[in-house]
Amino acid sequence: MSTEVKQKESLFSKKNRKLISDPFNDNNPITVQVLGICSALAITVKLEPAVVMSLSVVFVMAAGNVIISLIRNLIPNRIRIIVQLVVVASLVVLVDQFLKAFAYDVSKQLSVFVGLIITNCIIMGRFEAFALANGPWKSFMDGIGNSIGYGVILIAVAFFRELLGSGALLGFQVIPDSWYIANGGFYANNGFFLFPPMALIVVGLIIWAQRAKNTKLIEEN
Amino acid sequence: MNVNSNGYTYTFATVMVVLVAVLLSGTSLGLKSKRESNVKQEKMQSILASVGVEVDRSEAQAAYDEVITKVLTIKGGEVVSEDRETGFNVDMAKAIKSSNMEREVPLYLANKDGESFFIVPMRGKGLWGPVWGFVSLEADGNTVVGANFGHKSETPGLGAEISTPMFTDQFPGKKISEAGIFQSISVVKQGTSSGDYAVDGISGGTITSNGVNDMLADCLAPYAEYFKNI
Repeated sequence: MSTEVKQKESLFSKKNRKLISDPFNDNNPITVQVLGICSALAITVKLEPAVVMSLSVVFVMAAGNVIISLIRNLIPNRIRIIVQLVVVASLVVLVDQFLKAFAYDVSKQLSVFVGLIITNCIIMGRFEAFALANGPWKSFMDGIGNSIGYGVILIAVAFFRELLGSGALLGFQVIPDSWYIANGGFYANNGFFLFPPMALIVVGLIIWAQRAKNTKLIEEN
Repeated sequence: MNVNSNGYTYTFATVMVVLVAVLLSGTSLGLKSKRESNVKQEKMQSILASVGVEVDRSEAQAAYDEVITKVLTIKGGEVVSEDRETGFNVDMAKAIKSSNMEREVPLYLANKDGESFFIVPMRGKGLWGPVWGFVSLEADGNTVVGANFGHKSETPGLGAEISTPMFTDQFPGKKISEAGIFQSISVVKQGTSSGDYAVDGISGGTITSNGVNDMLADCLAPYAEYFKNI
């Protein structure tokens, strides 16, 4: 019975679209669920590694969700966490290998954090909470939604940190050289932005802005 | 089929492990040559950087072929090989295990804007893992022209500072031997270095600094005999 209902549902039904759009705002993994903060602090000093990290997480998350969802009825319940770990770990090793081969410089900047995608609680959380109970297409949408929700915040934080901390974006200087005090100007980069605590503050400010706009996120107490 | 029976659980785990192992080792083998060429280009970049030639990784091979005129392999002060590949492929991690006079180590001869330089590779131990680098010397085999260091996993902000200009900029002009006697360059407590044979270490990165100190002494020594006779 339930399968019939699913077949009738179109691929981009309202419910399915909500799977993708929810994590952007109402249910963002970083700003609302406050998961995956560790990597948000560590690799957001510059925009480029943040973008690569986001893309890697999108891949791992979407592929992992689909794989788990496809084999969800075959997984023995007692070792399901181990199975989830194996799936995410293998995908991460694959990503790491490809980065080392095709984006070597970025992979050096990301260093251990590619490996640490494994411990990103968003991924295991979605496997456990969503993919184990839903079909592959839904899981795919959910994976894409959550990982992009994560990536958007990562990129936003990295944007501010690189702009204000190094005066550059994607490695290109955007603050004119003549503005700097060293060249007789009035401007200095804020070195504090290069340190992890500032990422936490930026994330905090984003959460603040988001809640100010979206009042239903404000807790009642 | 009962997916929660013991037998099924074991079978599932076994099949999963075998599949994953095949998949991952296959990918690793398939991408091996690409990964190795990246590492090789990066090594060429560091060799060139020690004489002040900064190039992109894609141009490393061409610049290397142009700037590096010879690669010698030295053992006990004697040249044992002049083959470029033999020298380049020496595994320093293995080489430093044997004593100074016993090891076979490469010496790069560079020519930049008509001046010739020696480039000495190094490898040693930091706090968390290996440290390495290249030190370039003037044609007298004594005065340092430049140095760069790399590390696997030193602490960011402390030991990892050895690869920043703040540390490496101290090296140009230092000397490694006095009146023909090998001295090396010591890495001393920050703020206390003076003279031609010492540089400041990094506060808070003492063990890494000491590692670099030992590495300099250990890896420059095998060439002392050779430099004496040039």
